[in-house]
Amino acid sequence: MRLTDGMPGANELVILQDISLEVMPGEAVAIVGASGSGKSTLLGLLAGLDTPSAGTVRLDGANLFGLDEDGRAALRGKLLGFVFQSFQLLPALNAQENVMLPLELSGEPRAADLAQKMLARVGLAERLRHYPKTLSGGEQQRVALARAFVTQPKLLLADEPTGNLDAATGAGVIELMFEMNAEARTTLLLVTHDEAIAGRCARKIRLVAGRIDGEG
Amino acid sequence: MLRLALRMLLRDWRAGELHVLALALVLAVGGVASVAFFADRVRQALTREAHQVLGADVLMTADHAWSSEFRDEVARRGLSRAESVIFVSMARAGNEALLAAVKAVTPGYPLRGKLRIAPGPNIPGADTDSVPPRGSVWLDERMMAALKVGPGDAVELGNARFLVSAVLTLEPDRGVSFMNFAPRLMIQLEDLPATGLVQPGSRINYQLLAAGEREGIQQFEQWARARLGRGERIDSLENARPEVRAGLDRAQSFLGLTAMLAVILSAVAIALGTRRYTERHLDGYAVMRCMGATQSKLFALFAWEFLLLALGASLAGCALGFVVQNLVAWWLAALIPGTLPPPGPTPVFQGAATGFVLLAGFALPPLLQLKEVPALRVIRRDVGPPRQGALAVYILGLASVFGLLLWQAGEVKLASTVFGGFAAAFGVFAAIGYGALMAIGRFGRTGNISWRYGLANLLRRPRANTVQIVAIALGLTAILLLTVIRADLIAVWRERLPPEAPDRFLVNIQPEQRQALSEFFELSGVKQPQTFPMVRARLVTVNGRPVGAEDYSDERAKRQIEREFNMTYMTAVPRDNQVTAGAWFGADDLARGAISMEHWIAERFGIRTGDVLEFVSAGRSFTAPVTSVRKLNWDSMRPNFFFITTPGLLEGFPASYITSFHAPHGDASLTLRLSQAFPNITVIDVSAILAQAQRVMDQLIGAVQLVFAFALAAGVLVLYAALLATQDERTHEAAVMRALGASRAQVLAAQRAEFAVLGAIAGLLAALGATGIGWTLATRIFQFEFFWNGWIWVAGPLLGLACVLLNAWAGARAALSRPPMAALREGG
Repeated sequence: MRLTDGMPGANELVILQDISLEVMPGEAVAIVGASGSGKSTLLGLLAGLDTPSAGTVRLDGANLFGLDEDGRAALRGKLLGFVFQSFQLLPALNAQENVMLPLELSGEPRAADLAQKMLARVGLAERLRHYPKTLSGGEQQRVALARAFVTQPKLLLADEPTGNLDAATGAGVIELMFEMNAEARTTLLLVTHDEAIAGRCARKIRLVAGRIDGEG
Repeated sequence: MLRLALRMLLRDWRAGELHVLALALVLAVGGVASVAFFADRVRQALTREAHQVLGADVLMTADHAWSSEFRDEVARRGLSRAESVIFVSMARAGNEALLAAVKAVTPGYPLRGKLRIAPGPNIPGADTDSVPPRGSVWLDERMMAALKVGPGDAVELGNARFLVSAVLTLEPDRGVSFMNFAPRLMIQLEDLPATGLVQPGSRINYQLLAAGEREGIQQFEQWARARLGRGERIDSLENARPEVRAGLDRAQSFLGLTAMLAVILSAVAIALGTRRYTERHLDGYAVMRCMGATQSKLFALFAWEFLLLALGASLAGCALGFVVQNLVAWWLAALIPGTLPPPGPTPVFQGAATGFVLLAGFALPPLLQLKEVPALRVIRRDVGPPRQGALAVYILGLASVFGLLLWQAGEVKLASTVFGGFAAAFGVFAAIGYGALMAIGRFGRTGNISWRYGLANLLRRPRANTVQIVAIALGLTAILLLTVIRADLIAVWRERLPPEAPDRFLVNIQPEQRQALSEFFELSGVKQPQTFPMVRARLVTVNGRPVGAEDYSDERAKRQIEREFNMTYMTAVPRDNQVTAGAWFGADDLARGAISMEHWIAERFGIRTGDVLEFVSAGRSFTAPVTSVRKLNWDSMRPNFFFITTPGLLEGFPASYITSFHAPHGDASLTLRLSQAFPNITVIDVSAILAQAQRVMDQLIGAVQLVFAFALAAGVLVLYAALLATQDERTHEAAVMRALGASRAQVLAAQRAEFAVLGAIAGLLAALGATGIGWTLATRIFQFEFFWNGWIWVAGPLLGLACVLLNAWAGARAALSRPPMAALREGG
């Protein structure tokens, strides 16, 4: 896979190059690297949020870039769950509604029920009606975890999930994420620059300047 | 999908994301709907009121009896009919005799409006549906005084004898025409033959009155017009009572313009509201894309949400409009006799259409833009929607506004003028605002850190700040326009017909009586009115070519050319007259002789400045060029003249004098004393008519003010939306400053500095805008003299400063009340 930015030629900036990677069902893979190494870009490509200048991504057998944007979105809805560094909760929705949202978009009639159960699972049963701005950072990320798992995705993509949290809170969130991941047997792809967190994944892929520098 | 959209709508509503948008829509819809209700309902009532001055919906007058063809046609079409016969004759009672304007009427007269009668002199009258019973007569007060009779006394008219049964205090259809100056005597038409006064060759006016459903009336009028013969004419509202017509037109212009203002302001608020909405929903949109929602699904979701919003807001707006118009109806009920026609469904449709069109026009482009938001934004914050030019985004919105203006105004010229005016104001505001920001940002870099930082901010986002200045200036313009300027305009309008407007006309004053009359006024406590010499003359040639009735196709021109005009002479332009072509008499004109003529007459006779007119009076002729054309103020209640000459031309001709004055309240016998002291002078009492006209005007002004409330609220909303537009960004900035160690005072001071400059610029622009629009309205639309209000230049900037500082305070408080981290995280 290769992703370039800018016009081809002298000013072309290569962001990712020669990336070849296979992740098996149920695996937990950490992508580590310094800032600017291309971790988040790789995650964006794997989720079909961005398109590479060359290369393919196959998700559950389907060629992501053989689909149009709407096709990729549909596939994401079916297979993927996301956890973001900046939580990305919708400020106009309360905790329960934020968790309900992906279910509602897919037309799930039991959205409210499922969301409530999932929020209880992440320890926020008492916070259903709270809005994001009234929740602490740790609580917001737990709502985001509930939202990611509520659709029972096959693959969870997590982009620096503790990047905006202090160490103790971050540790709690990571603990919860791995617990839930184990319960649901979800495949996990985790982008982080934190070696300790990466160490909890069975596989660790190191990116340096847009290339895979090693795996362990 | 619909259910999800409804849920999203409720959630956004609860979170306060849609309040500005919804309120803007409600105001636009409510304003348009209530004005539409006015147009539909009150205008009907006011037109009916105006019909009272005809006494009918259609008034047909002839110098001979109407043929049965016309009478039968009225009946055949199911319209109501009445007839009257009017002529002048001597009435006698004992030793007294007086020339009376006799009106013989059929039962049912008048078809519109009501006669008012009193049981005796100096007793307030009451409306009546009847006409004088057979064998009896109703006299007006002046006639009773002159004949020295009272109720129960006998009056002779021709060969018949009648008993006085009531005092006639008001005839709704008695205009200010000089033909009606003799005192009134009213009998029933069936009594007329017994008087023996109707002989071949008598000068008699036969009137046929018809009233009924609008459509039937219009068809009948069309039918009748095609069959009019010699000496027959149809009077319509357009040629009756120009002063009432002028008032109605003015009120309708006021109403229409106010509704347009509400639409434009709401459009601005909607534009600002949707911009804020889409900006705040960029992230949510990207998140939902990550969750697998397709572009078309999200577009449909947002489109449904907005459609539901438009529906709800339109319903609320229509309900508001309905409540307001009911309030108006209730309020006018005491003033307008009879019941108001019920409101139709059209205003609801018109209001709702306004809501949908405005929201579609302004929300669709940003929504389409939202479609372009890449889902990648969830992990890379710098990725936003592709930037488009502001004009391209709003072109649909602007087109919608223009379409709505066109619909509201009903004519291209007015809609284009208003739209063009606002577009120009936008351009000028933006140019001046941008220029001022650049200048201040560049040269104002002195003072403490907060001040410097605040001013630097002005330069850092000049486009966003310019948009904010324009929006604030626009909101303030509306507020200034609707408070200060509106008060000025209404005051000027009211002055058109002040309570002390002249209500008595005196004609046929002989030159030698002027001194005695002046003394009489002095003794009676009447302010000395201006008297005008009046010479009667016929127009005989134009540019040396003889003119007669056969030269004109217009019926009124034919009638007028065969009569004598009342002319006067003077050196200064009469009050309330406006020269529209040529120039008023200069020294050369005064030396050589010149004529100034009224503009409608000039148009009707096809006369222009420079044409030379010849008149004949008392067997002598005079010739002079037309050097100016004037517009008259018909509602001034002062003597108006179609032709005015320089003094040298007319001074030698036999003249009588004419004047008008306001009779002091409570002096009921003034008219009688005047008639006794100067028996030859004719007194025309127009106080009842004047009171009627003033009442109409008060109703109109009141109704107009209510609609102003919508526009005013829309103006305030624009202000609020404009201030809200940059709040998120400022909250984030305050957090950054705090994080960098700035004290609360420093943060506040920096924001205050920035806002003070914004507010002052916007306020000054608003003063400029309000004055410009006020001047245009006054001079171009309403033909008032513009009153220059100095306060506006103080009020504008102060208001601007006050509201942005208030906002800075509130915004900064919000930003400072939470830990900087929270704000930073949210703004991410």
